[in-house]
Amino acid sequence: MKKGIQILFLILAAFSINGFAQENAGLKLPAGFKASLYANNIGAARHIAVTKAGVVFAKLNYPNKEGNAIVRLEDANNDGVADKVNGWANYPGTGIYVKGNSLYASSNEAIFKYELNSKDEVINPQSPLTIVSGLLNRRQHESKSITFDKENNIYVNIGAYSNACQVEDRKAGSQGRVPCNILDSAGGIWKFNASKENQTYKDGKRYATGLRNVVGLDWNTATNQLFVAQHGRDQLNSFYPNLYTDAQNAELPAETFYAINEGDNAGWPYIYYDPAQHKKIVAPEYGGDGKKEGASEYKDPAVAFPAHMAPMAVLFYTGNQFPEKYKNGAFISFHGSWNRAPLPQEGFFVAFVPFKEGKATGDWEIFANGFAGVEAGVKVTNTAKAKARPCGLAQGPDGSIYVSDDTKGAIFKISYGQ
Amino acid sequence: MRKNILNKGLKLGLFISLFISTQVVKAQNLINGKKLFETRCLACHQSDGGGVPNMNPPLDGSSNVNGKDIARLVKIVKNGYDERIALDGMYYSNAMTANPDFTDQQIADVLTYVRTSWSNKASKITLAQVKAANSKHKIGIKR
Repeated sequence: MKKGIQILFLILAAFSINGFAQENAGLKLPAGFKASLYANNIGAARHIAVTKAGVVFAKLNYPNKEGNAIVRLEDANNDGVADKVNGWANYPGTGIYVKGNSLYASSNEAIFKYELNSKDEVINPQSPLTIVSGLLNRRQHESKSITFDKENNIYVNIGAYSNACQVEDRKAGSQGRVPCNILDSAGGIWKFNASKENQTYKDGKRYATGLRNVVGLDWNTATNQLFVAQHGRDQLNSFYPNLYTDAQNAELPAETFYAINEGDNAGWPYIYYDPAQHKKIVAPEYGGDGKKEGASEYKDPAVAFPAHMAPMAVLFYTGNQFPEKYKNGAFISFHGSWNRAPLPQEGFFVAFVPFKEGKATGDWEIFANGFAGVEAGVKVTNTAKAKARPCGLAQGPDGSIYVSDDTKGAIFKISYGQ
Repeated sequence: MRKNILNKGLKLGLFISLFISTQVVKAQNLINGKKLFETRCLACHQSDGGGVPNMNPPLDGSSNVNGKDIARLVKIVKNGYDERIALDGMYYSNAMTANPDFTDQQIADVLTYVRTSWSNKASKITLAQVKAANSKHKIGIKR
């Protein structure tokens, strides 16, 4: 009897460690939705992609303990938990995308192409084709996120290796460069033809500029347009304490979500978007005082989110499983902030932006929360304490969506109904 | 005899006041260190010294921070750090801002605060150690 109780306790302990004991894998979701912990501890999972047969591929930020930086996951018995997990590749990176029978993955400098067989297994794990290489990687904002339009073109973000294009990066008193020389090879979105090998800058085209760092981007197939989410600049209070208080820095600038047309300029580093004033404001490195308005030629955001939450992925929902209001709307994952300190951090959730007639309505809402593992109403004070940080988003063939976490490497599967 | 007692008492009094004043100085150093940390370091390294995964390395529990290479710590505080750093099995990629305006005493104070806060229990850093580190690394313009 006593032994039986002991065993029962052991089982309960094991379950709670695995997180299965928690309803919906610990996530808070709208009524009617449920979540399962599809995978856990696979390594820092950045972006994810799902094939038509439901096989999930995750690009890891760096190789996991097995030495793999791309992981393939399959849920053969269809219970919402991956039962077959393996991997390959050793290069750090973020981007991954499934297009037909091809799997594209990005390192922090290049884009590679793998071929899938009829079982969605990679035929050439050790010998991918190199589609693009030589993209700038100076460690800061080095992720190369990728998405595709309907015409087999790749759009890749090349983040600016800088906070605000100062002569000396992140140094108090250092002025902004005029013009910002970073923008010729970074701080924007580049477009490449996915069917050509061995391309570099000269083969591509700068599709949009003035974007400090875009990690989340997706093609809206309903409107045939690129949408990107920018990580706004940091440290207004640390470098300009006479212009910005800690409390103002915590709310400035907005994390901005843009509907991009070819040739657009979002204005980094010259301006930032102030969500309270609803204005583009000149950056202090370029003579701004927190009030002076920037040039009107720069793009206005489709949605302005609270500061520093770090949008990591954009997913336009095209499935039929979720209720009608989600159709052709955008999910955006927020990694969670660090630059709101000393104030509590924000984010660590997946937001939903409703779209009407191809336009964001602006009244966004929190869709999935609870990733950080803190009690309801409690704020994360220090970013490293967050249990999980939402990163990649992908839609499965049944209309469920998957959310990855790039701390320990969890993948959550969120479904509606039953 | 009386003179002797008076003398001893004076010496003791002097010793006590000296002891108290050095303790006050030490406490003040820690307060100064905390203040420097809050204005210059906290934004990135966070209030619990936990850092930000993949970006800003933790100070709490860090083998570097608690380690014996004091000269390296002094150099990083003063000159910043502009390389990807591997620390305790993780990588961190943000550049660290230099603090060229810090005095040697301020460097000692902020390092003492960081090495004795949270779970850190490493030794305090003295002004003499910072000065020794300066001559060892010839801290100057070069990063």
